[in-house]
Amino acid sequence: MSSLATAEPQRTKGPGLGSLLGRGRKPKKDVRRRIGEKAFTPYLFIAPHFILFSVFIVFPFFLGIWISLHDSTALRDGPFVGLRWYTQLFDPENRTQFPRFWNSVWNTMIFVLISVPLLVSAGLALASLLNQRLRGRNFFRGIYFVPWTLSVSVVSLVWWWMFNGNAGFITLLLQNLLGESPNWLASNPGAWITIIVATLWWTIGFNTIIFLAGMQGISLDLYEAASIDGANKWQQFRAITLPSLRPILLLVVTLQVIASFQLVGQPQLITGGGPPSELGGETTSVLLHIVNTGFFGRRELSLAAAMALIVAAIMVIVSIVNFRLFSSERS
Amino acid sequence: MATTLDRGLKGDQPTELKVAGAPRRGRLGRVLLYLLLVVVAIFFLLPLVVVFSASLKFSAEILTDTGIIPRDPGFENYQALFARAEFVEWFRTSAIVSTLGTAITIIITSLSAYAFARIDFPFKNLLFGLLITTLVLPGVMFLVPQFKLIGDLGLYDTLPAFALPGLAGVFGVFFMRQFFLGLPVELEEAAYVDGASRLRTFTSIALPLAGPALATLAVITFLAFWNDYLWPTIVCQNNCPLPAGLRLLQRQYTGDPGLVMAGAAVAAIPVLLLYLLLQRYIVQSVASSGIKG
Repeated sequence: MSSLATAEPQRTKGPGLGSLLGRGRKPKKDVRRRIGEKAFTPYLFIAPHFILFSVFIVFPFFLGIWISLHDSTALRDGPFVGLRWYTQLFDPENRTQFPRFWNSVWNTMIFVLISVPLLVSAGLALASLLNQRLRGRNFFRGIYFVPWTLSVSVVSLVWWWMFNGNAGFITLLLQNLLGESPNWLASNPGAWITIIVATLWWTIGFNTIIFLAGMQGISLDLYEAASIDGANKWQQFRAITLPSLRPILLLVVTLQVIASFQLVGQPQLITGGGPPSELGGETTSVLLHIVNTGFFGRRELSLAAAMALIVAAIMVIVSIVNFRLFSSERS
Repeated sequence: MATTLDRGLKGDQPTELKVAGAPRRGRLGRVLLYLLLVVVAIFFLLPLVVVFSASLKFSAEILTDTGIIPRDPGFENYQALFARAEFVEWFRTSAIVSTLGTAITIIITSLSAYAFARIDFPFKNLLFGLLITTLVLPGVMFLVPQFKLIGDLGLYDTLPAFALPGLAGVFGVFFMRQFFLGLPVELEEAAYVDGASRLRTFTSIALPLAGPALATLAVITFLAFWNDYLWPTIVCQNNCPLPAGLRLLQRQYTGDPGLVMAGAAVAAIPVLLLYLLLQRYIVQSVASSGIKG
């Protein structure tokens, strides 16, 4: 979805993150420095990675704030302008930046609200389907996961072609069955449907295997007791599977919200952000708007940096709310 | 996670895996279940078949020959692609960045992880805390400053530009540190008693034991580098890795979808082959590390 470094903050919240913090797991036996060992030895071990980390992650963190307070483009470093970009982006009177930016935020919110429930429930459904006594379970699991291994640009081109108005598979199918087909890519809701189907196809497999791994950890005794009490499959799912999966559900929902927020490749390659509107495109996601502002056309780096920081703040807030919602639901 | 994932998946002996107390599903239910599984499988596989089929249709054939099985299949699109010096360059760039990037990632993250897992030193918790902090920061805020930095370093449109931010990522350090913490420390102490240095202990005791974890990290890192799209799109102009190059291809050949689909196929085939070889292994790696693409 984006570069390794930039995507990783989202990619790495594995199920083991809590234990990754490793509090209180200091190797006690090794506390003292070994005889003859130089004090700088451990620093030599961490140096190669830590230098790269400092230059390409820590420094850019501050550089991004600095750029957002200046008036720079990709071609020249401009003067200090204080909070100018932030006030423009938050000023409803502003006729250019304000409506375009918030239009893209709105588009992204809609995508998050539709894609997250869809991807989470579809993942749950497929995992439940696979979590049964059946032959070829690994085979099906393997197939459902195939698209996840592809690049977002391959995935986007696949669905760009499937829904293409010129002899695309789905267009032809509908023309043969119904006599006509909507122009999927150039009008809505077709454009959004295409983007959502592409995203489903690409990432359902991930949610499925995470849920399946969680379901495999639930004791069969619980189901046995429930079925002795006469609970049917659906009741067992509601009363046993879902509550047992709660921590994993929280993980998947959080990861999914963050991933959906960073939608960019699909609209960029499938719809080009269109169909066009006076606000700059009906499927232009906020990340696509930032990329178009900062790296294409006039390449207004400072403006893009300010937008990115606002979006980052929104994402952190949404993650916190999401966490609160899930943990309070329990009590 | 990886261990629990396979629990009950290996054997298909009905007696052992029988969900106790549940009535045995009827024959009809069984058929419907498999039918559903197959329909879902078709949803995942059909688009790939359609794309490979499209890539075998040359030029105008794609508009007239609309069947899934091409009437006159041929590799003209692939030949046309590889006849372009630019496309060959894209492929080469992707191959070099992915393999070198993976190799360097493995070396520098396992070195760092080993120190964080096994050696006690001043500011260790502070430095490790700094690594953790960056995990909760959304990636979008790094795009502009990283772009600026790469430009100022004169690396725009070069191989290092595509790899450097990825190499700075912290996932590998967490992943390997977690693994090293799980290893019994006694073996390494024995090596120390025998007079081995830290580095020696690391290379001849810890690393060989870390084989499976290193392999998992390698597969995940390779996939991430090979598939990376947004970042290279921003910092490349001509010398792009394949996924970013596909965007240029699509813009240039909107009217020739067969050629564009061949490009997508070339980007997809290496990872599909890798997946075919290591399917169960990759699924378990992702399930155990929880990496979201």
